[in-house]
Amino acid sequence: MKHSTFFWFVLPSAFLMLLFIALPVASVVTQSMYTAHEQVLVTVENCGPFGCKPVTSIDQEATKALNADKPLGKWAGLDIYKDRNHLAFSEVGSAWVNADGLPDFGKTLMNLPFYKAMAFTLTYTFIVTPLTIIFGFFIAVAVNSVAKALKGPTIFLTLLPFIVTPLVGSLIIFWMVDARGILGTGLQWLANNPDLSVKASTPLMWIMLMFYGIWHAAPFAFVVFYAGLQTVNSESLEAAMIDGANRWERIRYVVIPHLFPLVTFVALIQLMDNFRVFEPIVSFSAQAHATSLSYAIFNDLGGETRLLSSAAATSVLTIIGIAILLSPVLIRTYRDFSKPS
Amino acid sequence: MNVFKIATLGTATAVLMGTTAMADGHACAITDGRVNIVGNEFPAIQSVAAAALACASGVDAEANLTADHQKINLAGMSGNPAEYTSAVVANSSIVALINEDVVRPLDDLVAMYGADIPSHQLITIDGQVMAVAFMANAQHLVYRSDVLAQVGMDVPTSYEGVLEAAEAIRAAGIMDNPVGGAYAAGWNLAEEFVNMYLGTGGDFFETGTANVSINNEDGVEALEMMKALTAYMNPDYLTHDSNATSSEWEAGNVALMNMWGSRTGVLMDDEGAEMAVYSNTVAGGPLTVGDSGNAASSLWWDGWTVAKNISDESAAATFQAMAYATSPALLNDETMSQAVWLMNGFEAQPVNEGVLATVAAGASPYPMLPFMGLLHTAAGDNIADFLQGNESAEQALADIEAAYTAAATEQGFLQ
Repeated sequence: MKHSTFFWFVLPSAFLMLLFIALPVASVVTQSMYTAHEQVLVTVENCGPFGCKPVTSIDQEATKALNADKPLGKWAGLDIYKDRNHLAFSEVGSAWVNADGLPDFGKTLMNLPFYKAMAFTLTYTFIVTPLTIIFGFFIAVAVNSVAKALKGPTIFLTLLPFIVTPLVGSLIIFWMVDARGILGTGLQWLANNPDLSVKASTPLMWIMLMFYGIWHAAPFAFVVFYAGLQTVNSESLEAAMIDGANRWERIRYVVIPHLFPLVTFVALIQLMDNFRVFEPIVSFSAQAHATSLSYAIFNDLGGETRLLSSAAATSVLTIIGIAILLSPVLIRTYRDFSKPS
Repeated sequence: MNVFKIATLGTATAVLMGTTAMADGHACAITDGRVNIVGNEFPAIQSVAAAALACASGVDAEANLTADHQKINLAGMSGNPAEYTSAVVANSSIVALINEDVVRPLDDLVAMYGADIPSHQLITIDGQVMAVAFMANAQHLVYRSDVLAQVGMDVPTSYEGVLEAAEAIRAAGIMDNPVGGAYAAGWNLAEEFVNMYLGTGGDFFETGTANVSINNEDGVEALEMMKALTAYMNPDYLTHDSNATSSEWEAGNVALMNMWGSRTGVLMDDEGAEMAVYSNTVAGGPLTVGDSGNAASSLWWDGWTVAKNISDESAAATFQAMAYATSPALLNDETMSQAVWLMNGFEAQPVNEGVLATVAAGASPYPMLPFMGLLHTAAGDNIADFLQGNESAEQALADIEAAYTAAATEQGFLQ
C-alpha cells in the first residue's frame, strides 16, 4: 500500500481516537495534577429559621480573582497521588517501619482506602476472570451438543444474565439473598444458622459479588466460545476418535488448542471489565465490605463536595492498573503475531 | 426558637393577617422564562414541586425529584444557561452550591415578588438572601407505644434508655432486633454519627479553622453508643438507608428508632403497614447520649434556591413559582401533616411533634460550613470498620480525620 493511501485511510480513525481517547485521558492526567486554590475564608453572619450565627464561608470575590488568574487551580504535581486517600506513600512508609511483623503491616495497609479497594479489585479480577472462562467454555460445549431443535431457546436462555442490566440484575440478587429472601432463607436452612446474613458478613459479601460477576459474564465467554466451536475442524475430531480419544481427550487435545486465541480475547476483555467492577458494589450496598477503584471515583464525585482532582488521580491509577494487568496478555499476543510462520 | 413560635402562633397569625394577600398576590401570571426544579424525593417536596409546576403551567416547567439530587444539582447548575433553574436544598447541600457560586442572591427578587415572605423563611448569608426555607426537619425517636406498654417501660429520652428498652423487648421475646436506624454505610451512617457527636457536646472543628478535631472522648463515646445500638439492630444494618429502615418499621420488625420527622407521616398513615403497627406508631422527642443533656440530633431546613446562570426572565419565573408553592396557599388537609412547614398558617399535627420537640430541646442546626461535606463523606467511609469490630474507635476516628485532612488539603481548605 502506498504511504499516502495508508495515511488517508487511517486518518479518520486516528482523528477520532485522538478526540475521544487521547484528549480525555490527557485532560484527566492534567486535572489530577492540580488542586483547588487555597480557599479564602471569611466569617459571615448566617441567618435562618433557627436563628443567626456567625459561620465560616468562602469569600467568592477573592476566590473568583484566584480562579480568573489560574483557572486550572494550584499546581500540585504528584501530591494527590501521594496523599492518604491514594497511594499514601508516607503512611505506608511509616507502617513499614513501625509494623509489628507482616500481618500487622497488612492490617495497616488494608486500612488505607486505595489498598483496601485494590485488595478487593484484584481478588475479584483473579477469581472471576478464570472462572468466567471455565464456565463459559463448559456451557458452550454443553450447548453445542444439545439437540438442534432446542439450540435456539437454550442459547437465548443462557444469554439472559448478560442481557439483564448489571444494576438491575444485582438488585434482584440483592433482594433474593436478603435474610428474608428466598436464597437468604435457603442459606440459613443449609447452614443451620437462623442468624446467617450475607449482607452482614464481609467474606459472604465478597463471595456474593464474585458469584454475581461470574453469573453476569459467563454468557459472554459462552457466546464467544460457542462461535469458536462452530469452526472446529470435524476431520480432526474424527481422526482423534479413530485414534481412540474419548470425549474429554478430544476436548483437551483438539478443541482447547483450537479455541486458545479466543481465550486470550475473552481474558483481555474480562480483565478490563473486572478490574473496574462497580455496579454490583452499588446495587448490593456493599461499600462497607468491599470497594473498588471505580467505586472510589464515584464516591469522590457523589459527595456534597466534589473531589475532582482526587477522582482524576484515581482514574489515572485505574488506567495504569489495567495497563499492568493486560501487559502479559498483550506481550503474548504480540509475540504470537510476530512469530515467523 | 423561631420554628417553635411559628408552630404555636401559626394559627393565630394566619387568622389575624389572613392568607389571602399572599395566595392571591401570586396569581401565577408567569408568561416568560423557564422553570426546572431539582430536589430530593419525599412527600413534602413532591407537594411543593407539584404546586410550583401548576403555578408555572403557562411556561416550560419541569421537575426532577430524586434521592440522588446531590449528585446532579451542581452539574446541572454549572452550565450557562443552567439546566436547573432551582435546586431544592437543605442546610448541608446549599453549601456545595454556594462554594461553587452557582446560586443567585435573591434580594432583588424578594423585593419585587416576595414582599410577603416572612423573614424567618429567608436564609441570609452575609446579609444576602441565598435561599427561601419552607420546612424544618430533624431526626427524633419514633416508638411503638404498644410494645413499650407490653414490657412496661416508659418512653426513652436517652439512648441509654433505648438500650434498656431494647433489651427488655428482646428478653420478652417480642422482637429479635427491636432497634432500627438508617445506618447504611455512607451518607446515612455519617449523619447518625454527626447527630450522636452533637449529642455528646463535641465540636467538629477547632474554632475558626478547618482543622478537624473529633478524635477525642466525645468521638469515642458517640461511636461506642452507635455500636451498642447495632447489637439490637437487624444484622444487615449497614445496608439499610432511611427507606429500608422505614420498610422494616412498617413490617413491624422494629419498635424503637431514630428517624427523620419528614418520614413519620408515611409510618403513621394506614398504607403499607398493619393497623397494630401504624396506630401504635408515635413520634417522640430527641434522644440524649451520656450525661451532657444535649439533644443527639441536628436541625435541618429545606428550602429552594435560584440558579445564577439563567436569564432574568427565568429567574423571575422560577422565583414566583417557588414562592407560590411555598406560600400558605400550599397548606391544605393533605399537605398539612407532610412536614413542619415554616409558612404562616401551619398547624402542628401529631406527626410533627418529634421535630418540634427537637427544636424546643435546643438541638444545634447541622453545621453550615464549607468543609463539613468533606468530613461527612470521610465519616461515612470509615465508621463501618469499627461497627464491624475490625478496629478500635480511636482508629476509626483517626481514619476519619486523616481522610478528611487529605480531602480538605486537596480542596484548598487546609495547607
